[in-house]
Amino acid sequence: MAIHIVDRRLNPGSKSLENRQRFLRRAKALVQGAVKKSSQSRDIKDVLEGGEVSVPIDGMDEPRFRREGGTRDMVLPGNKKFVEGDILPRPNQSGGKGRGAGEGDSEDTFRFVLSRDEFVDLFLDDLELPDLAKRKLAEVESEGIRRAGYTTSGSPANISVSRTVSRALARRVALRRPRPEVLEALEAELSDCSEERRAELMAEIEALKAKMQRIPFIDPIDIRYRRFETVPKPVAQAVMFCLMDVSGSMTEHMKDLAKRFYMLLYVFLKRRYRHVEIVFIRHTDRAEEVDEQTFFYGPASGGTLVSSALQAMHEIVRSRFRPADWNIYAAQASDGDNSYADGEVTGRLLTDNILPVTQFFAYLEVGQENGLSYEMPNSALWTLYEGLRAGGAPLSMRKVNERSEIFPVFHDLFQRRGPQERTAS
Amino acid sequence: MTATDELLFDGADWDFRTLQRICDACEQIARDELGLDVYPNQIEVITAEQMLDAYSSVGMPLFYKHWSFGKHFAFQEASYRKGLMGLAYEIVINSSPCISYLMEENTATMQTLVIAHAAFGHNHFFKNNYLFKQWTDADGILDYLEFAKRYVAHCEERHGRLAVEHTLDAAHALMSHGIDRYPGKKSLDLRAEEKRAGRRRAHEESAFNDLWRTVPTGPAKSGAVLDVERRRQMLGLPQENLLYFLEKTAPRLKPWQREILRIVRNIAQYFYPQSQTKVMNEGTATYVHYRIMSRLHEQGRLTDGNFLEFLQSHTNVVFQPEFDDPRYSGFNPYALGFAMMQDIERIVTDPDDEDREWFPDVAGKGDAMAVLRDIWANYRDESFISQFMSPRLMRHFRLFHLHDDPEERAGILVDAIHDERGYRRLRRELARQYDVGFIDPNIEVVDVDLAGDRRLMLRHTVVKGAQLTEADTKRVLQHLADLWSYDVSLVEADASGTVLKEYVAHPRNIAAAA
Repeated sequence: MAIHIVDRRLNPGSKSLENRQRFLRRAKALVQGAVKKSSQSRDIKDVLEGGEVSVPIDGMDEPRFRREGGTRDMVLPGNKKFVEGDILPRPNQSGGKGRGAGEGDSEDTFRFVLSRDEFVDLFLDDLELPDLAKRKLAEVESEGIRRAGYTTSGSPANISVSRTVSRALARRVALRRPRPEVLEALEAELSDCSEERRAELMAEIEALKAKMQRIPFIDPIDIRYRRFETVPKPVAQAVMFCLMDVSGSMTEHMKDLAKRFYMLLYVFLKRRYRHVEIVFIRHTDRAEEVDEQTFFYGPASGGTLVSSALQAMHEIVRSRFRPADWNIYAAQASDGDNSYADGEVTGRLLTDNILPVTQFFAYLEVGQENGLSYEMPNSALWTLYEGLRAGGAPLSMRKVNERSEIFPVFHDLFQRRGPQERTAS
Repeated sequence: MTATDELLFDGADWDFRTLQRICDACEQIARDELGLDVYPNQIEVITAEQMLDAYSSVGMPLFYKHWSFGKHFAFQEASYRKGLMGLAYEIVINSSPCISYLMEENTATMQTLVIAHAAFGHNHFFKNNYLFKQWTDADGILDYLEFAKRYVAHCEERHGRLAVEHTLDAAHALMSHGIDRYPGKKSLDLRAEEKRAGRRRAHEESAFNDLWRTVPTGPAKSGAVLDVERRRQMLGLPQENLLYFLEKTAPRLKPWQREILRIVRNIAQYFYPQSQTKVMNEGTATYVHYRIMSRLHEQGRLTDGNFLEFLQSHTNVVFQPEFDDPRYSGFNPYALGFAMMQDIERIVTDPDDEDREWFPDVAGKGDAMAVLRDIWANYRDESFISQFMSPRLMRHFRLFHLHDDPEERAGILVDAIHDERGYRRLRRELARQYDVGFIDPNIEVVDVDLAGDRRLMLRHTVVKGAQLTEADTKRVLQHLADLWSYDVSLVEADASGTVLKEYVAHPRNIAAAA
């Protein structure tokens, strides 16, 4: 009888995937709650790695007819000292549990490992980018073709002659295929030589010819084909401008709040676009484009001119990001201080140059730790922006004090809205 | 006998040639020396993730989709990752060919162990035990599962995922009450099942004519009141197979819902023998792998090192913690089964006076394998323990019997221990623990109020004062009411007929809309 042995390891498609998705769908509310809860306590960066959430299993359990109580009889192993008729005190007076204790306890909640995508999906599930004209582009994508090395199989049209020949040469050298000159020389010698040398030469020539036969000039294993691969070419791309006031009044806590907001925005955009760029601009009374590290941790001091940052952003947009091709987002974090004289310039830059080309401009006013956001007096910048917003500009603004407020604020800014609300916000 | 000194493998690595050699060597011993009779074997090498997959859909290679399998997968994956549990080394399916899954992580020794255990031990048991012969259809199961999967997917397409999910949820809740416990009907023929389902569907489609909707029905006939006995007889009452009852008589179920109940019921029935033969089945497989591995070592086909590796995992598998050990969680079926098989072997080949007195039929018969093969074929856990648990083994396990009466203030009574007075009582009580009649609550459909509001009436006969847990019962009854589409009541009564508790559930509209 032959025994079949099958290798199933390569079977693609895990059977459980579909069931897992069904479970997630069914437990969505539970899992979503767990995701939000866990994202509050954890670093956003970790949160977006996906990871574990604890899902309470009650509400997801499957009921069966079960019995409990009553008189019970049980046979157990390991008697050491009991004799018939002994009365043992009950371990706990409730008496409901017994042999089964510990069996089901660990099922009360279980940790569910979510993939990065699942996590972010649930995390951002009811959020949406403010719907603007260019968003449609996000769905469109075209495929491009690019060279991707060589392969051993392919269509004859794609044979790479130079690669094939050079591999054949390498092989011939490595296997010491006799060169034609050597053979010619021997044959020339054969034409005039002594009898005994003649036999020797004949044998040698035979051997060389046989070797040439064995080691062909071009072997099928030498052949290489050019390989092409298709790559998605993002049509829609987004750029996010992070504008931050780094003057002395911005504490580490405020920067931390801002950072969290930027991270969320980044991940959110990443979901929508293939290609997202971030531009970090920090400003005091001068603005400069910096890398992430400097942006968040570099020391700086000086006065405050918000318009400098906006001016810098405007210039970068003009030189690098054509509004026709890019979806432009900006998030500004500030403690709200601005020099009095700068207000008018800021307002003009925004209305004339920036707001017309951005999809969405978010202004986040960060406050001191332990402060109450609704108690913050309206700052100069806040008042200015409020005026612009009332004029119908695509501008959203919120105040934040606590880390845990970041997500709700973000959520609030990007919540899915009805069309009429959208124009109003 | 072609014993060779050639090693099957060396070290821990294996490849497919090694597996083939291992199979051949095991098969030779299983067939020629142990006289086993097995279904053709198919061995599948899978990854740990696939093993988890198989776990979560009750060990079946293909199964319909349902969220609860996803839940089990997630739960098992989580505890596996945390290191709370190891994976089983193998899963084996009662089908023909008999499919055994081997994990790729196993060492060569473990693969040999698993092949001996699953492909020969379990396989022989599946093929020869009377319960499996009576209740399962090894030839048809794989096709039937394929059919079930397709059918459920097809229903989801036609009637919506949610409606199917509700039906399946309800059916799963009643799964343990979807079994015919007593033979009498013909055994399962899953292939014919599948064909019948196809014909039913084709007939429905061909007979459908929208005009029938418009035929006037006339005034309802005044119901001739059936007398109670006749009604109960016509409905086949009392009926303990709740799923069967619903499938046949629930008034407002759609045909596809009936078919889904039928599928769940057939699958429950297919697994029924497994729950009754856990100790025997694992005992047989463990005994067989122990014999085969020892023989391979004797033949010089396993190195001493590999044999020690085997002994180590074997010992782990048959470890029985004592009742006061924190690891204790009931009897380990591997430990109990293996110990009994070995004990029987001893009684047959080398009995003492006590064994002759207790087991006059088999003691000293000489041919252990013949006796064991006969036992494997003709017993289930309950009868096996009640007939073959020997005093020596009870002493070995130091068994004792506790009687816990909540009314008794003083505490728990030690009712019997492993001594002359206690052997028979111990054995009877232990066997009862494996008696399916006692494991599941005894719930029956007793009547339907046909003249009135069509209420379905169930009764739980309370044994030894153990009542149903309230929260679960309410939820299961809700499912039941949804399927029945009218009120459902459940009465808990003790043997004397005193009603202890009553539940009523009203159907929700979703089932009616589904």
